[in-house]
Amino acid sequence: MSGAGAWHECTLAELARGVRDGAYTSVALTEYLLARVDALDPVLNSFVTVDAERALAAARAADARRGTAAAGPLNGVPIAHKDIFCTDGLRTTCGSRMLADFVPPYDAAAVERLAAAGCVTLGKTNMDEFAMGSSNETSWFGPVKNPWDTSRVPGGSSGGSAAAVAARLVPAATGTDTGGSIRQPAALTGTTGLKPTYGRVSRWGMIAFASSLDQAGTLTRTAEDAALMLAAMAGLDPRDSTSVDAPVPDYVAALAYADVRGLRLGVPGAFFDQHLDAGIGRLAREAIAVLESGGAKIVEVELPNLHLAIPVYYVVAPAEASSNLSRFDGVRFGHRAAGAKDLLDLYERSRSEGFGDEVKRRIMTGTYVLSAGYFDAYYLKAQQVRALIARDFERAFEQADLIVGPTAPTPAFALGAKTDDPVTMYLNDIYTVGAPLAGLPAISVPCGLHEDLPAGLQLIGPHFSEDRLLAAAHWFQQRTDWHRQAPALAAEAG
Amino acid sequence: MAWETVIGLEIHAQLATRSKIFSGSSTAYGAAPNTQASLIDLGYPGVLPVLNREAVRMAVMFGLATGCTIAQVSVFARKNYFYPDLPKGYQISQYELPIVHGGSVQIDLPDGSRKTVRITRAHLEEDAGKSLHDAVDGMSGIDLNRAGTPLLEIVSEPDLRSPEEAAAYMRRIHQLVRYLGISDGNMQEGSFRCDANVSVRPRGETKLGTRAELKNLNSFRFIERAIRHEVDRQIELIEDGGRVVQETRLYDADADATRPMRSKEEANDYRYFPDPDLLPVHVDAALIDDARAALPELPDARRARFMESWGLSDYDAGVLTSARELADYFERVAGADGVAPKAAANWVMGELTAALNRDGLAIAASRVDAAALAGLLRRIEDGTISGKIAKDVFEGMWAGEGDADAIIEARGLRQISDTGALEAEIDAVLEANPSQVADYRSGKTKLIGFFVGQVMKRTGGKANPGEVNRILKSRLDRQG
Repeated sequence: MSGAGAWHECTLAELARGVRDGAYTSVALTEYLLARVDALDPVLNSFVTVDAERALAAARAADARRGTAAAGPLNGVPIAHKDIFCTDGLRTTCGSRMLADFVPPYDAAAVERLAAAGCVTLGKTNMDEFAMGSSNETSWFGPVKNPWDTSRVPGGSSGGSAAAVAARLVPAATGTDTGGSIRQPAALTGTTGLKPTYGRVSRWGMIAFASSLDQAGTLTRTAEDAALMLAAMAGLDPRDSTSVDAPVPDYVAALAYADVRGLRLGVPGAFFDQHLDAGIGRLAREAIAVLESGGAKIVEVELPNLHLAIPVYYVVAPAEASSNLSRFDGVRFGHRAAGAKDLLDLYERSRSEGFGDEVKRRIMTGTYVLSAGYFDAYYLKAQQVRALIARDFERAFEQADLIVGPTAPTPAFALGAKTDDPVTMYLNDIYTVGAPLAGLPAISVPCGLHEDLPAGLQLIGPHFSEDRLLAAAHWFQQRTDWHRQAPALAAEAG
Repeated sequence: MAWETVIGLEIHAQLATRSKIFSGSSTAYGAAPNTQASLIDLGYPGVLPVLNREAVRMAVMFGLATGCTIAQVSVFARKNYFYPDLPKGYQISQYELPIVHGGSVQIDLPDGSRKTVRITRAHLEEDAGKSLHDAVDGMSGIDLNRAGTPLLEIVSEPDLRSPEEAAAYMRRIHQLVRYLGISDGNMQEGSFRCDANVSVRPRGETKLGTRAELKNLNSFRFIERAIRHEVDRQIELIEDGGRVVQETRLYDADADATRPMRSKEEANDYRYFPDPDLLPVHVDAALIDDARAALPELPDARRARFMESWGLSDYDAGVLTSARELADYFERVAGADGVAPKAAANWVMGELTAALNRDGLAIAASRVDAAALAGLLRRIEDGTISGKIAKDVFEGMWAGEGDADAIIEARGLRQISDTGALEAEIDAVLEANPSQVADYRSGKTKLIGFFVGQVMKRTGGKANPGEVNRILKSRLDRQG
């Protein structure tokens, strides 16, 4: 591997430039990163499927495109996709036994668009089963380890993507965020996690968990890389009725003018509550002080209903999930139990075997809250409170340009620490569930290490303010180097 | 005790869109199993529905034609249940907010009076696939070609009081959706089917009795028979001291009986909730204007106009406007130059309908098109052929021998109206039948028919009967 520099330390932007300028080939880069995956992933378990053959074929094609009009802005750069995005001809498991052998016949919109931008797909990253989890421990393919401390979780559900980016196996990976599934693992792994506005990126081909909340986004090391990824992914898709026909700003260009002077930052008291770990809280306040030192103004905002976000989320999301997961019945695709006696037996056994405990828990919760006699008290009430939470944010954005606070209440916790206590696990999403309930974009950026574990600062913006979010995050990253800190493990593969 | 029957119908009309309601797959009937099922129809992981706007426009047309309120905002919901022919484990339908509601239609009763039947609502939904229990040996097969086909479910109030009224209402809706061009109404292919909610109560009672839902009534004949059976069953049950239980019953046409399909204990809790994959449907003024502009003349208006402008009886106008294609056909014939509207009505209802029925053809597949029939009637009107000869010419046309003029020419059927020629034939007849001539002249004037018949015989039916009559009379009377 002559000439191979410390490519894993390069950002997506740098690698795209390197391939474009001919400093190295996509094939060499792809081989280099595949070797890192081989060396480090047996410990991390961040990938479910690595497809070296397809990746190298795509890399060769990218090298052939170099210098032509067909070369997209990310030509030849390897990335990974969360295993929730359908990939044509490449197994897509959603972290579930139910789909352990499922090979989709089509590409998700996000996969299609990133391929069109020139990206090489290295493989599919591990995740909580059907994106249900905050620790990546519910995957049928085993838990993902946090590269900062392999006895700890990387967060979830996009834990595989976060760990792979944190360990410098890939410069960027896609993720999905329903209640915090991009931002919380980003915070726990010291990576940059962007959840765009609901409707900004097409959901076509993204296996649904909770349709009114699910949004595709990115895990990268920098805000600049998130801008590059989003630029490729965003935009109207007629195949997704909830995709929005709003202009896509030049996210990358917007970074050049990044400034926080005069930016009104709302700091809600609700984000600094009794659940917040003191060390994480201190790092978040220090990060806010950095923004303030750049001229940002701190304003008081209130989100009076945010304390209801977790209960609302755990009614709405399971309700939608219980219906979305009905298609996994063992009839047309996915796991089918052997030797079923009759139709009902086929359903029951296929689903009993195919789904894990957390998925079953949510299907049961969701079925319950939609049932006759309970619908009004749970689902309807939750939707009403959801509207109140959205209105709280709307009002807050009359005072503030962005809302800021910690991403997750604690640093990465130990594997197994919360698996027996779902409610404690759910509370790890306490600061992240608000944004998806209101459909808002949000980003988590690394803001320090507490006892050698990363902490994340969350910025939430009004609908379609990704350019503002990215600019503020980029400005912060120009003045701090937390995002450049790598776990010791990342240096091991050499 | 005197019993009153109370019936409400739920009619499923398949909308005549080219593609499915949430995918681009074709809705054409009869393709090989699963060849018209896309990933969306199969409910693959990650796929999403996109609403077919044409289905919305058609539903709005129905709403306008029945005086319904068109909802500015309607919502698709998920109806959750497991069934092998339901790929997603839920059906996308409309529940709390249907696209149209609160209209009515009029039906004709056997005694000649009319009755208003209220329409509660009509909503859009997707059809399920089909389970095939005999296609695969030892297993059940599933054909998802039909999955995702757009349906308009039309729900009536319980305003119907007899099996006949129910059938009349079903016919009325069938007529209407076909007029509107929003459904082909093909019952053999399942494009138009009906469930009936049936209950009985003592006459005079205002509270509704417990109802049974009869499923799968896919012909006008079956609906009457099925309801009649169900009414008898319920009355008998109650009179024997039993109680009607609320249940779904299936009509078995072969056994000519209804039997329970599933009881309430097994009833599904469908867990309806708004489908988060679809936005609320907004119907704006432009779409309503568009649908209104596309509305054809509706059956009642057309019937009245047929009476007024074509001088038809109420009955004839009713028959000729019963289906839009028939009315269109009639108007093309009646409106042609040199055709008498009444003759057109008689021919369309008589010879044409008989021929169509004989060959089992729909009017659209008629072997004699409207222009050709007009060509034939024109030749009756202008005296080229008689009405009797015309029937033979029509049969020739039906058999594909050409148009009326060609057949008349080829077979030499042109009517003889030339006075000289007719006089010669008549003189020959009179000469050959002196005794009948004498009888006639002595007062047996009914013999005129005999002489006409003889002339017709000699001319092979081609003599102009009016002319023959006139000349015969003048000959016989003059020499008297």
